[in-house]
Amino acid sequence: MDLEFEKPIVDLQDKLQDMKTLATDTGSGEDMAQAIKSLEDRIQTMKQDLYTNLTGWQRVLLSRHADRPQTLDYVENMCDTFVELHGDRSVRDDKAMVGGFGTIDDQTFMFIGQQKGVNTKMRQLRNFGMANPEGYRKALRLMKLAEKFNKPIVTLIDTMGAYPGLEAEERGQGEAIARNIKEMFMLKVPVICIIIGEGASGGALGIGVGDRVLMLENSWYSVISPESCSSILWRSWDHKEEAAEALNLTAENMHGNGLVDGIVREPLGGAHRNKEEMYSTVKETILSTMKELNAVSAEDRIMQRIDKFSAMGVVEE
Amino acid sequence: MAWFARKEKGIVTPTELKKETPDGLWFKTPGGAIIQKRELENNCFVCPEDGYHVRIGSKEYYEIIFDDNKFTELDENMSSGDPLSFKDTKAYPDRIKASQNKTGLKDAVRSAVGKVNGHDLVVSCMDFSFIGGSMGSVVGEKIARAIDYARENKIPFMMISKSGGARMMEAGFSLMQMAKTSAKLALLAEDKIPYISLLTDPTTGGVTASYAMLGDFNISEPGALIGFAGPRVIRETIGKDLPEGFQSSEFVLDHGFLDFIVDRRELKQRLTEIITMLK
Repeated sequence: MDLEFEKPIVDLQDKLQDMKTLATDTGSGEDMAQAIKSLEDRIQTMKQDLYTNLTGWQRVLLSRHADRPQTLDYVENMCDTFVELHGDRSVRDDKAMVGGFGTIDDQTFMFIGQQKGVNTKMRQLRNFGMANPEGYRKALRLMKLAEKFNKPIVTLIDTMGAYPGLEAEERGQGEAIARNIKEMFMLKVPVICIIIGEGASGGALGIGVGDRVLMLENSWYSVISPESCSSILWRSWDHKEEAAEALNLTAENMHGNGLVDGIVREPLGGAHRNKEEMYSTVKETILSTMKELNAVSAEDRIMQRIDKFSAMGVVEE
Repeated sequence: MAWFARKEKGIVTPTELKKETPDGLWFKTPGGAIIQKRELENNCFVCPEDGYHVRIGSKEYYEIIFDDNKFTELDENMSSGDPLSFKDTKAYPDRIKASQNKTGLKDAVRSAVGKVNGHDLVVSCMDFSFIGGSMGSVVGEKIARAIDYARENKIPFMMISKSGGARMMEAGFSLMQMAKTSAKLALLAEDKIPYISLLTDPTTGGVTASYAMLGDFNISEPGALIGFAGPRVIRETIGKDLPEGFQSSEFVLDHGFLDFIVDRRELKQRLTEIITMLK
């Protein structure tokens, strides 16, 4: 599935396909080789141009792409073994928040993340990746489990937000997120957080306090979605593109403002264009980041984690 | 109709002899009770007739809490930057300036240290009148420093929340204030210094999902709106009307997220009891 802003490239690719077909059909391959080559080059340049200069809103669209890899895709493709664990031991198992122990190169990690669902039926089951309080409590239970057995934690963040529902309020959505944020600061094991798609507000931060917080190139992370921001500040959804710019929500923006620690590059055109490459990049990133974090003592890691977040903000005195 | 005819033309009463009823001499509660403003002030801004708690700001709370209204304000002059050059229908610095002029406040929170019936207490109190009590860098930083002050001097900390949530105009920066304040509260907890969180009408969004819900004691006033998502958003999400009393402090107490609800007129006494018991 291609997005609206990718149409110029798609048109050229169609043209290229036509040329190739023509070349085969007429047997004039050699005559056309030159033209085909130059068109291929043109497409490549165009792609480079387009995908390195995407607007905030275009990246938001990519972050929501239906084929974009989700938490369980990463876990299943990066890990040699993965044991999914369920439930918060109190209310029920929140299917919008998944987690479990997994191994990469003989190292065991606790993976936790939102899962949006891959088709309509699954999306409903997973509540579109919008967790209820029991999801955040499940996440915290798994983090404490990892801490108990001294295993590092990797969270994969991909959510439009914590679910704003009636039962979510009854069961204390605010308290659940607040507790996670506070408890994550005190975890003795290394914590790596990666925003793989959407990082909306408290729903993202509820599993987003880490020694390293990284963003995939085409993910977004902010206090509110551009649509909601537009509807509140401009009183209509029509200003979502302006809102996306104003919110400075891209990986580049957030890294530039010192609010995340790094950017993970995606294959040209987005994670869904070459999933294998994406999985392997994320896997390598986790392993190399772990090496850095293991070099620091638990106490120092906690203090550095606290100091890093404490320094965020701009005030005048 | 001769008996209505003016004998003299125009208004002849000199200005200094005019008898005016000043504006705002009376207050009407949503329940319909009518009360004199001065009587309201003398009653901690609680209507004696129906117990309605009028929304008040840091100035009023400090008068209620601190002995003889004496306190030292912390980080008094901190004000907001504009890290993102944010502009919606209005530029962010203009919004700040307009709000400062209107309210006489620097931002949506004030921190102070003073005595409550003789006991030291550090208090950060939010002001809803300043851009809906929204939490930006100033709010986060002032609360963080107030907690630092409480830790350094081993004084209990109290937070009075009153906020619509995070301040959108600081986007990612405002989001991270949730993390910053929670980090400081984690350190306060390690030091075993009491933290009392008073959630007042309204407390929603990122404030609920961080420091407001992290008290050793989560307490509230009667009839306050407390929630994560706002009622309008929930109504739109589930497509149903919300039950009566949903997200009221009584509802939140009933579901187990508050320790107790306190009448504002008894607030100072209850604070004193907690602080004394933990000494």
